Amino acid sequence: MEFFHSIPRFRFMAMRRICYLISTIVIVGSLVAEGYHGLNLAVDFTGGVVVEASYTGTADLDRTRAALRTAGYTDIAVQNFGSSKDVLVRLPPLGEKESASAVTQKIDAALKTVDPGAQIRRTEVVGPQVGKELVVKGIEAMAITVLLILVYIAFRFRWKFGVGAVLATLHDPFVVIGVFALTGMTFDLAVLAAVLAVIGYSINETVVVFDRVRELFPTMRKAEPIEVFDRAINETLSRTVITKVATLIVVVALYLFGGEALRGFGLALIVGILAVTYSSMYVASGVALDLGSSHRDLMPSERRGPVDDLP
Amino acid sequence: MNRYPLWKSLLFAGVMVLALFLALPNVFGSAPALQLSRKDGELFVGAGAVQPFTDLLAREHVTADAAFVENGRIVLRFGDVPAQLKARDLIESSSPGSYAIATTFASRAPAWARAVGLKPMSLGLDLRGGIYLVYEVDVDGAVKQTLQRLERDYRLALREKRIQYESVEGGNGTVTVTLKDTTRLDDARAALAAVDTNVTLATAPVEGGAQLRASLSDAQIKERQNFAIQQNITALGNRVNALGVSEASVQRQGANRIAVQLPGVQDASEVIRLLGKTATLEFRLVDQGNNPIEAQQSGHAPLGTKLYKDRSGRPVLLKREVIVTGEQLTNATSMFQQGEPAVSVNLDAHGGDEMLRTTRENLGKPMAVVFIERERQLREQDGQKVAVDVNREEVISVATIRGVFSNQFQITGLTSREGQELAKLLRAGALAAPVYIVEQRLIGPSLGQDNIDKGVRALVIGSIALFVFMALYYSAFGLVANTVLICNVVLLTACLSLFGAALTLPGIAGIMLTVGMAVDANILIYERIREEVRNGNSPHAAIKAGFEKAFSAIADANVTTLIAGVVLFLFGTGPIKGFAVVLSVGILTTLFTALMGSRTIIGLIWGRQGAITRLPV
Repeated sequence: MEFFHSIPRFRFMAMRRICYLISTIVIVGSLVAEGYHGLNLAVDFTGGVVVEASYTGTADLDRTRAALRTAGYTDIAVQNFGSSKDVLVRLPPLGEKESASAVTQKIDAALKTVDPGAQIRRTEVVGPQVGKELVVKGIEAMAITVLLILVYIAFRFRWKFGVGAVLATLHDPFVVIGVFALTGMTFDLAVLAAVLAVIGYSINETVVVFDRVRELFPTMRKAEPIEVFDRAINETLSRTVITKVATLIVVVALYLFGGEALRGFGLALIVGILAVTYSSMYVASGVALDLGSSHRDLMPSERRGPVDDLP
Repeated sequence: MNRYPLWKSLLFAGVMVLALFLALPNVFGSAPALQLSRKDGELFVGAGAVQPFTDLLAREHVTADAAFVENGRIVLRFGDVPAQLKARDLIESSSPGSYAIATTFASRAPAWARAVGLKPMSLGLDLRGGIYLVYEVDVDGAVKQTLQRLERDYRLALREKRIQYESVEGGNGTVTVTLKDTTRLDDARAALAAVDTNVTLATAPVEGGAQLRASLSDAQIKERQNFAIQQNITALGNRVNALGVSEASVQRQGANRIAVQLPGVQDASEVIRLLGKTATLEFRLVDQGNNPIEAQQSGHAPLGTKLYKDRSGRPVLLKREVIVTGEQLTNATSMFQQGEPAVSVNLDAHGGDEMLRTTRENLGKPMAVVFIERERQLREQDGQKVAVDVNREEVISVATIRGVFSNQFQITGLTSREGQELAKLLRAGALAAPVYIVEQRLIGPSLGQDNIDKGVRALVIGSIALFVFMALYYSAFGLVANTVLICNVVLLTACLSLFGAALTLPGIAGIMLTVGMAVDANILIYERIREEVRNGNSPHAAIKAGFEKAFSAIADANVTTLIAGVVLFLFGTGPIKGFAVVLSVGILTTLFTALMGSRTIIGLIWGRQGAITRLPV
């Protein structure tokens, strides 16, 4: 079986300006969504209390809320989790004097008044300081990843490619985070890990295209750089599509069958993989092209001194 | 001809055989089990140690599927949870209080696998249930304690030298001494410097007198903070050990946190109470006038003495007067003195004075250190709940006073291991820096099982769908890719088992992502081969060129993903770390299997044929 019997001749790079516009809109849209809706951050980041419990029958959310209110908790969120039997109760961070185990015991007691067979499956109590630090650490991790990758690409290719790769890479997490802001799905530690994996994956994609550009430049001496980039994307297109289908098969399985705990992780990767496909073609290559990548940048025969190496 | 060098093929085959062997224990899964350790700290030795327990269970018609000794503990494995719980009750009621009995899971791998040290991946808390606690050590509080001690010692020193002072005040990381009489400024300075030579002293004139300002150096502050954290790690480690939970861990996390993992434990409030014990020390003289064994038998300690037990349970009679307590101990380190293991102990000025007086009068007599663990328990009293402190006391060291000393001395005559243990206990008994619980997670066993089931289901469904797709799209080469993918997962499992990594839910997701991304390397190669065939190359040349040309893309792409994995590992905690480990190791196994494995298999199938007219790619 083959999707592409011969090398296609799409003129991808001709459309790059329109794509910059689209990307800008997406990123601004993502920022607006985050600002307007805000991300539904999990207790991992905000601090607070989460109790997951399972009732013997269909959970009565209103009665659960009422029971918790009677127990003295007013600022609560109660929702179904996974199935109609399972509920998730969320409380803001505890005060200084409150003990975590006392609170979870009280919640347990309150839930048992609704359904004596209610069973606590999981409790998480996170201090607000821990959450704040995690946010800082997460951002730090992303920044360092991007920086190291820039250095690696600049070393293996040229700085212009590094910039293109990094812009494409920054683009993708925005898309993922924007989707989470829009849908209001919980952004937890696993989703953060997925976002970081998307960063790695995005670079992976970009590198494959750049690798082909690097290979084609010496053989296409007479061609314009834009033709070289188009040819590289077209030649790798078959592989890009097949790889995406293969990876999506696995990730969709995670999303559909991995249970509630892995659903966010799966969604982040699905969105991320789609964004990566687009950004590795248009953003990464487009930027590298517009920064003036030419034969001079990648000629293996021309071993120039460090002075000429500078732009 | 297109044969892959023999040695490379053999290397690949050899690695895969080894990997299969290492990954094998994971196939058997695990079953409910009990883990027994003796509460007196002794270890179980020899295969015969299990006999009394299996006999006891056999009398009640409970059969253990396996019983063996592991790391001085007895492991009894059962077919199901009811048998496990019944066995626990039987053992507990037959000899109450002698054993710490932990309910856990044990691998179902056969005995020979255990004998050669093969172990399956352990399961993380999210997959088997348990409690995860993060304590934060109040390091600023610890520094404040040091300053308060300095304040007390300065007052004492000035009083001893009969130097009048206006005030001694601590605050803002410094201790300020205000003098009225500036003529004695140098004397005061000398007196203060003698208390602690490491503290920096600055002089400043003030209205109607002079001020001496003592401040801790950054290095001292750091040392004090580290001491506080180490002290709490030791203390928590001791108490976690006493719980007898298998595979429990106590680890430092970041600058001032300690993470405690207790797999399989469900009662959070009970555990937190037990871990919240505080410890202190008492230095006392040994009473040599009476016989401790008589005192133990009669149950009466002679007047002016108190009866204790040492770590091996032997009775010791100590004098009632306490020389120094743990609050006065500032540091204890194990070291070597003239080639002999020793523990160096530092006391504050007050403690030093007391020690000086005692040692001057009791040269050549033995002195003991008592370790006291205090636990706050709720007791019912007259219908009301009252908090009662319950003490557990134990003599951890008896040593002869061989010289007159004050605030610094060494305890010798130990093995190096004993020295380290004693130093640890002494530190644990020093004035404790306060700790708070900042994170507490409890995962019930049913949720853990759910997570495993769903994670594995997603893995199986995803992989099968992927295999079908690859076989359809690349026909025979697709089957090669699938074989390589299976090799990859086996190798990844082997590596994780070898490192003793715990498998978590994000870890399962990491394995899936590895599978999804590992295909990419194969696809890169096969697409190249197709391109070469299209360009009119012979099949053999196409295979060779395909692998060679795809190499740079595969290498660069995987190195960048590896960078992301390593950063995740360095920054992440808990489950994220698990994901990062799987992702990073997965990239390495992917590179190995995709480059070497595919080449070996393709070489085996098509390499021997002289001329191939068509490649099934």
